[in-house]
Amino acid sequence: MTLPVDMSTTLGNAWFPNPLFTASGCASSGKELAQFFPLKEIGAVVTKSVMSKPRHGRPTPRMAETPSGMLNSIGLQGPGIDAFLANDVPWLLEQKARVIVSIAGETIEEYATLARKLRSTSGISAVEVNISCPNVENRGLVFACDPDASRRVIDGVRKTIGGELPIIAKLSPDVTDLVSIAKGVVDAGADALALINTVLGMVINLDTMRPHLGGKTGGLSGPAIKPIAVRAIYQVHAALPKVPILGMGGVASGKDALELILAGASGISVGTASFGNPRAVIEVRDQLAQLLSARGFTTLSQAVGYAHRSEEGVSL
Amino acid sequence: MATINKNAVQQIVSILSNKRVGAYHQIILNVGDIVKSCRPGNFVAISVGGPGSRMILRRAFAISRTSENSQYGGTMELIVAPHGSGSSWLCSQPEGTEIDIVAPLGTAFGIPTEPISALLIGGGYGSAPLFGLADVLKTRGCKVDMLLGASVGSKIYAPMEGKRSVNSLKIYTEDGSMGETGRVTESLLQIVQDRNIDVVYSCGPMAMLRAITEILAATDVIHQCAVEESMACGIGICMTCVLPVKSADGSTTMARSCIEGPVMDGAQVRWDLVGKVPDSL
Repeated sequence: MTLPVDMSTTLGNAWFPNPLFTASGCASSGKELAQFFPLKEIGAVVTKSVMSKPRHGRPTPRMAETPSGMLNSIGLQGPGIDAFLANDVPWLLEQKARVIVSIAGETIEEYATLARKLRSTSGISAVEVNISCPNVENRGLVFACDPDASRRVIDGVRKTIGGELPIIAKLSPDVTDLVSIAKGVVDAGADALALINTVLGMVINLDTMRPHLGGKTGGLSGPAIKPIAVRAIYQVHAALPKVPILGMGGVASGKDALELILAGASGISVGTASFGNPRAVIEVRDQLAQLLSARGFTTLSQAVGYAHRSEEGVSL
Repeated sequence: MATINKNAVQQIVSILSNKRVGAYHQIILNVGDIVKSCRPGNFVAISVGGPGSRMILRRAFAISRTSENSQYGGTMELIVAPHGSGSSWLCSQPEGTEIDIVAPLGTAFGIPTEPISALLIGGGYGSAPLFGLADVLKTRGCKVDMLLGASVGSKIYAPMEGKRSVNSLKIYTEDGSMGETGRVTESLLQIVQDRNIDVVYSCGPMAMLRAITEILAATDVIHQCAVEESMACGIGICMTCVLPVKSADGSTTMARSCIEGPVMDGAQVRWDLVGKVPDSL
């Protein structure tokens, strides 16, 4: 016989009934998935990273399937923060979904502007600061590749948004020293870290014999990057054991989610798996609960970082 | 309450039959009540490769026709060209195989309330959904003419029973191996004028859809086309299948062809900007 597991989790001061979230950029603003499951049944909807102005994004083709993964090159297409806050957030709150708003900017000032607008929005659970979108023209603009720029973005958001709304900094694995970037953003005021964004990749089309994607490079996601996510989460949790991590990268099953949790994640975002299976977030949630129970965990939090325990092991 | 994908369901269904027809496979799925919400123009997204496949994305296929009255319950027919790894996998599956589908998805062809003169134009396997559409138009008393084109005769899909639902059928192949030599756009303007066509419905390669739109620009004919863009999800969450489309205010937006299409007003698509990015907003 197995006992029910307490699946609740926290990121900063935000509480969630279960740890399964959508991943930003993989659920649009939630309306599309609502046909497949009630949005209130998952931990939170993390909305697609929104910028201050409406944006077209990159040219097509924007997608290439790769072995156990895919490249995307969307380039932050979106309605802009004003339309988003007027249309999408109220709708999500009506569904009784918990909402984490993901923001992206081209400058440090843009992030602060976005944070100011969120400060006056009620009902949202947290803000994800996406400083690691790979689909921008200038790689120099990927703030998360530079420790100093990362710190300055988070510092600006923290000062603007005040102390209440948890800040989740979304980082890129495409760096030499992830731990130092993680430490920097935590020092600057991030309450939690989202690990990992997509990994920069490229596919060459053998008919045209040129890069296949309109934007040439794209972000690799899906099961192919899961070991990178596990490694990144493990390294950062080892260095910053008290900082909650929203883990993501190739999670398509409860087993995948458990792996990231054992590495140190307190919450799990399901992204690309929703493209192949619209009910993936719910299915992963249910599979994870069973797997935790089967291993004798009575709460999710007992399993967070369990892979780091000493050789002798600790009793549950 | 869902406002998007609102008739879509995810379901495990079985393959009732799988037959080779020329260059294509005719695949019939036993889908039960799903057929009740399917309309001509809608598509289905299918998981491919079986459990543990390295192909993680669904493949989108136009629903060519549905039947509510077959002895098996509701059935859905697809015409599939085995040209990629996912479609080849599907075409190799025997009768009885269980597959995971999400359907129906996307917009449908608009059906007129009056008995109008319709011209249906299909390129390659793009003709498949037009036969189901022809059936519906005929029941509304419409006059239905059809033009089909392909590079070679083996790529023309025109089933015997489908021919019964059209008043006339004209076939073009680029190599002249079937019908007239040339493309469907060859004497399109003439045909539209001679037959007093009110609406053109089209499905096929993007270059064909663009060429039809350009020819019809000089007329009052409405052009409803089913577009084809590569999709990762088919349900509106990935933003990969976008097309530049004119908005009411004259600006151009990148519309998702899975939920704002596949059936779009040809005159609203900025064909000149496909594969490019419109001026900044």
